[in-house]
Amino acid sequence: MLTYLVRRLLAGVVMVWVIATATFFLLNANGTNVARTLLGENATDEQIAAKLAELGLDRDIFTRYVDWLQHAIRGDLGSSWLTFQPVTDALLDRLPVTLSLAVAAVVVTGVVSVLLGVFAAYRGGWIDRAVQIVGIAGFAMPGVWLALILVLAFAITLGWFPATGYVPFARSADGWALALVLPVTAISVSSVASTAQQVRGAMIDTLSQDYVRTLRSRGLPERSIVLKHALRNAAPAGLTVLSLEFISLLGSTVVIERIFALPGIGSMVLDATVGGDSPQVIGVVVMMVLVVVVVNLAIDLLNGWLNPKVRVA
Amino acid sequence: MTSPSPIAGVVAATATDPARRGVLRVLLRNPLALASLVVLVLVVVVSIAAPLLAPFGPNEVVPGLARQGPEAGHLLGGDGAGRDVLSRLLFAGRLTLIGTVVTLVVAVVVGVPAGMLAGYYGSWWDSVSSWGANIVIAIPGMVLLLAVIAAIGPQTIPVMAMFGILLSPGFFRLARTAVQNVRNELYVDAARVSGLSDARIIARHVFGVVRGPLIIQASFSAGAAVLVQTGLQFLGLGEQGTPSWGQMLSDAFTNIYAAPHLVFPPGITIAITVASLALVGNALRDSVNGRSAPSRARRVPPEAPADPTPDDTSLLVVRGMQIGYPAGNGVSVVVDDVGFSIAAGEVVGLVGESGSGKSQTAFSILGLLPPEASIRRGIVHFDGRDLLAASPTERARLRGSRIAYIPQEPMSNLDPSFTIGAQLTEPLRAVRGLSRSAARARALELLEEVGIADPARTFASYPHQISGGMAQRVLIAGAVSCDPALLIADEPTTALDVTVQAEILDLLRRLQEERGMAVLLVTHNFGVVADLCQRVVVMRTGRVVEEGDVTAVFADPREDYTKQLLSAIPNGTRLRAPVVPVSRRKTS
Repeated sequence: MLTYLVRRLLAGVVMVWVIATATFFLLNANGTNVARTLLGENATDEQIAAKLAELGLDRDIFTRYVDWLQHAIRGDLGSSWLTFQPVTDALLDRLPVTLSLAVAAVVVTGVVSVLLGVFAAYRGGWIDRAVQIVGIAGFAMPGVWLALILVLAFAITLGWFPATGYVPFARSADGWALALVLPVTAISVSSVASTAQQVRGAMIDTLSQDYVRTLRSRGLPERSIVLKHALRNAAPAGLTVLSLEFISLLGSTVVIERIFALPGIGSMVLDATVGGDSPQVIGVVVMMVLVVVVVNLAIDLLNGWLNPKVRVA
Repeated sequence: MTSPSPIAGVVAATATDPARRGVLRVLLRNPLALASLVVLVLVVVVSIAAPLLAPFGPNEVVPGLARQGPEAGHLLGGDGAGRDVLSRLLFAGRLTLIGTVVTLVVAVVVGVPAGMLAGYYGSWWDSVSSWGANIVIAIPGMVLLLAVIAAIGPQTIPVMAMFGILLSPGFFRLARTAVQNVRNELYVDAARVSGLSDARIIARHVFGVVRGPLIIQASFSAGAAVLVQTGLQFLGLGEQGTPSWGQMLSDAFTNIYAAPHLVFPPGITIAITVASLALVGNALRDSVNGRSAPSRARRVPPEAPADPTPDDTSLLVVRGMQIGYPAGNGVSVVVDDVGFSIAAGEVVGLVGESGSGKSQTAFSILGLLPPEASIRRGIVHFDGRDLLAASPTERARLRGSRIAYIPQEPMSNLDPSFTIGAQLTEPLRAVRGLSRSAARARALELLEEVGIADPARTFASYPHQISGGMAQRVLIAGAVSCDPALLIADEPTTALDVTVQAEILDLLRRLQEERGMAVLLVTHNFGVVADLCQRVVVMRTGRVVEEGDVTAVFADPREDYTKQLLSAIPNGTRLRAPVVPVSRRKTS
């Protein structure tokens, strides 16, 4: 178990490094363009040269990469080219917003899709078909559109929830929860749709296993057979899907944070992209991949713990 | 346990590979998929023909139309800048369709060949490419696309090509698994031996297998590509001057207070397009793996046979039983007019070859037939009670406490996620109502009783930590744990090593003698019958062909079929133990 964990951890570190490096070279390949974007079309060559020197872009790209990497390892991801704020500080300021959104969405996805998937697999018939139709509808509805419809219905027309804005949990727990209801709903629908399908499939497979019949032959109540034995054995498949959904949820935060004006790292990377602020873009990519690695590691741990063959090896 | 084999001509329709059945034919047969296909064709045709169809130019500003609702000449009203929404909608699909095609081409071109090579040759290329695929899967796609846009600007084709790379692991894994499966098939070995080149083998055998799943993957990936472009265009990172679905949503967002109706035309168009893609994919997938939740056979009270209340006072009375499975539009009958009785304490063998319906008969007594099966006729009386009229809860209460079951395959019949102890104590607590500590003590006693050397250690073990013979002992302990009156053993020794078989039969004999249980022993092996049983019921193709005292049947079998089964016992073997070796084939 320990070697397994160490191996996964190393793989995660390598992954962060590979993606960070690729992003660095992607965004730093053309320094002149960067300066022109920052200074505008009318900048003179002298201004551009000065800007490049100021940002350290007049150096060879490999020198810059090594320099960046040395700082990054120590947690310093450089400073914004626009606001000169350290990227790491900006990330840490904004991370709670995005994590609130993504974690709440994952929890909602987990709970709702287990309920739907188990019910569909166990009852079959029209309930199963209904869950599948909901699944297709949920996949097909663009998150952007769903968010707009939610704003239109529940914020503008009914006025139940704020249309925009974020309230830190520390200031007001109620305000925090209210502000998150619509964004979390908007990004959860599509992940519920696909996760419920996977849970359903895993439950159908598990319920047709020999040992389920044997457990039934022992006179155990159905509740225990379905919710304790079958669900436990279907859980690893569900968790794997959930970890993939988490990755796509992180991506969706970019759009959702824009619609609901949430100051998370999704809106940060959007602003940085539009403004040509490479250090911020790279910083967000690194941060998101780090979060993904941590979550994957947690899922691996949980799966290992759920699977006696791994745990008791 | 294998699926029941039909006897009455009707063969259950099994799902066939769409590559073999024809992708198009699968879609044409499913009305929903056909409608989806029509929608998709329509979206493509309208987008291409937009200049001919649209009443106004996509960027043409009509004075006074800004934020107007639907009106004559402007069926969907005007957008925030006063452009005709319908005309923009007709043009808007173009950009997204181009992006989607780019995504699919890149994903397939990157993923499929790499996956095929990895699956076919394995070794270092497999390790490297699988590692790469894992990395790509872990990237939050939207953020990487933003990074690309930050580097090269908002250009649809390169950005969506990048998205294709992000989607390629799906295609890679699919191609890899499919090729790995085919590679190990005998006919591919045969092709290799006969001197076909690897390239020819891949082209001829492998591509046919991959095609169906690839189209499915492509339809879902196309949906994802449409959605991600909608997101980017909404954020203003699509192409600036070209109308697009996401741009229209963005305009609707800007004007959400003044003109909320603008939200619907692009949103509904996107949703219908993506849903059509998903429905096409689903229809194909269902035809490939046919994995739908088993729909329960409707609970229709079975028809009573000729003598509804037998004056037979045996422990178990089965009469005129018919079991059917749905097959196509009809029913395939796997057990027909089966009847026999078992007295208290009597050991009866139910014998027949694979597919004779003996296991189905046993499951019908337990009430554990698969949900899609139905008992169409007959009666099952146990202890004077009509089991087929009992509610599922009543039947569940009888199982374990009065009727118990020993399965054939020990390893697949223990829940891999729970310890042996947990699996033994749960019924003791639920059925017998024992306390936690009493259940533990009883479980340890039972383990000792079935001849397990170190009960405490086995109690704490997981199923993967014990041998097949031990697992079967554990299952026997579980079966007798609540002192049943009838024990149904379904081929209890077939899956075990020959030496272990004899021990398990000895154990069964001893437990039966000590407890005076009735036993229904399902087997294809007359040696086992001779060893344990007093009476024997011989089944063939779902019917009882002979029934009688074991010694009488052995001495003078009336049916040819019984004679055949008897002659299958190797010569020179005494009919008493040790057990006749059996083939390890699976039986029904």
